[in-house]
Amino acid sequence: MSEEEISAEIILDHYRNPHNYGKLEGSNASMTEYNPICGDTVHFQLRIAGTVIEDAKFVGRGCSVSQASASMLTDMLKGKPIEYLESLTESGFLDVLGIKVGPAREKCALLSLTAAKKAVKASR
Amino acid sequence: MLDPVRVAKDFPILSKGDLTYLDSAATTQKPVQVVDAIEDYYYSCNSNVHRGIYRISEEATERYEKARENISQFVGSRDPAGTVFVRNTTEAINLLSYTLGRQLKAGDEIVLSVMEHHSNMVPWQFLREKGVVIRYADIDSEGRLDPEDLKSKIGRKTRIVSLTHVSNVLGTVNPVSELAKMAHEASSLFIVDGAQSVPHMPLDVKSIDCDFMAFSGHKMLGPAGIGVLYGKPELLMRLPPFMGGGDMIREVRLDGATWNDLPYKFEAGTPNIEGAIGLSAAVDYLRNLGMDNVRRHEMELMDYVMKRAGEIEDLTYYGPRDPKVHGGVFSFNIGQIPAFDLESELNSRHLKISSQELHPHDISSYLDQSGIAVRAGHHCAMPLMTRLGVQATSRASFYVYNSRDDADKLFIALENAKKAFAR
Ligand SMILES: Cc1ncc(COP(=O)(O)O)c(C=O)c1O
Repeated sequence: MSEEEISAEIILDHYRNPHNYGKLEGSNASMTEYNPICGDTVHFQLRIAGTVIEDAKFVGRGCSVSQASASMLTDMLKGKPIEYLESLTESGFLDVLGIKVGPAREKCALLSLTAAKKAVKASR
Repeated sequence: MLDPVRVAKDFPILSKGDLTYLDSAATTQKPVQVVDAIEDYYYSCNSNVHRGIYRISEEATERYEKARENISQFVGSRDPAGTVFVRNTTEAINLLSYTLGRQLKAGDEIVLSVMEHHSNMVPWQFLREKGVVIRYADIDSEGRLDPEDLKSKIGRKTRIVSLTHVSNVLGTVNPVSELAKMAHEASSLFIVDGAQSVPHMPLDVKSIDCDFMAFSGHKMLGPAGIGVLYGKPELLMRLPPFMGGGDMIREVRLDGATWNDLPYKFEAGTPNIEGAIGLSAAVDYLRNLGMDNVRRHEMELMDYVMKRAGEIEDLTYYGPRDPKVHGGVFSFNIGQIPAFDLESELNSRHLKISSQELHPHDISSYLDQSGIAVRAGHHCAMPLMTRLGVQATSRASFYVYNSRDDADKLFIALENAKKAFAR
């Protein structure tokens, strides 16, 4: 298997069995992002204590790329300082996902990152 | 008979053999005949129309007006004054909503249907600002317009009934002449969105008896940026102008202006001359194939597609089962991904997308890897998606250059996609 095929497998795993899916108790920062072109939706929830992201969960609906990337992002953020999220760039996140996406699907892949960043901003 | 393999030879983009193009409802490919006509205009008589008193300007004007006559005749309109060149269907309907809208008052009603494209919805919704009421006719379980419901929506206050001839999602072919009668019996105007019908079937605005019809050149082998608003000349005459500027005036004084004759009253500014010439060449091309043949070809293809679709487990498709009332549009889902509702989602236990469910986006990405171009999404018909209870669909749409072979490629790739996404 090539590296890209492995990435595609990982995406599919997260899509079929998303991590951290559902309602986050005690969430104090949340945001819904929606892609009007395809209807993909991600509602991202964080529980922030001081400068640390204690927990993260999401709910949503959409293609494998949009939902799997949200699932992976929740894993990445748990226990990290807010700064980590704030300094995570779009290209950095796409690198972590490891799949090649065309411009049309880049939006899907970045939906959860946009939601998470906006959630933090809105909670301030 | 129409031989799609021979037809495809006229389309350079298709003759390379690495593209299975199934998105003609969005826009069609262009044959060399159309590209040649545009090129010939550029290289032999490019100039502005209706202005220059010199040879090539007269030649350009003649080609532009011949194009108008040719396109008029193609849809059965004898008087070219009723054929207004616009950019596309969207602009034609905006022109109507603006000009007809100025004559409407609070409480007047406009009847549309839930299957309309956004371009036959949003321009009318603008008029709600002045108190105009929009009513929507529903569809039945097969995606046909529900005639009883439509009847109940048309009433004393109805001024405009505007409906699509063929749905760009369901493929439903609406019985437009009957609908015209219903509208006219209520003393209402009747407008047809012909974006998905003019390219695909023989039609005649006189026998439909529509008051206005809109269609786009780019969906019928012609270039983008040219479309048509057909209107009964006596009705167009009574409308106020849409855009002001050159060409649309007869006389301008510092304190006002008078309007030019039809159709120029609605063609402000330098028109899309090469677009009209290209569309005229597209019309010649289609006429040569024979619109009866075009319709029969798509009907046979859809009959085949629906049979093949029935063999794929978990595949749902939308629109009438009878190919006689189903255009060349095939919208489908594999499994049903329910629409998203935040509150109920937050309170549900755990989401598991089962392996029978493939998101339309994933389907089109997968098909793209095999060189198959289909559309995924809401197809500019979000209210219809809601009505169908889905977030999106995949859509394969067929035209004169598509064969059973293309349909086979689609279904083989769909089977493979199902395997690839199965867990
Ligand atoms: C039924 C229908 N109406 C209107 C339109 C709008 O056409 P255009 O984008 O060319 O204005 C389309 C095309 O997408 C269509 O399918």
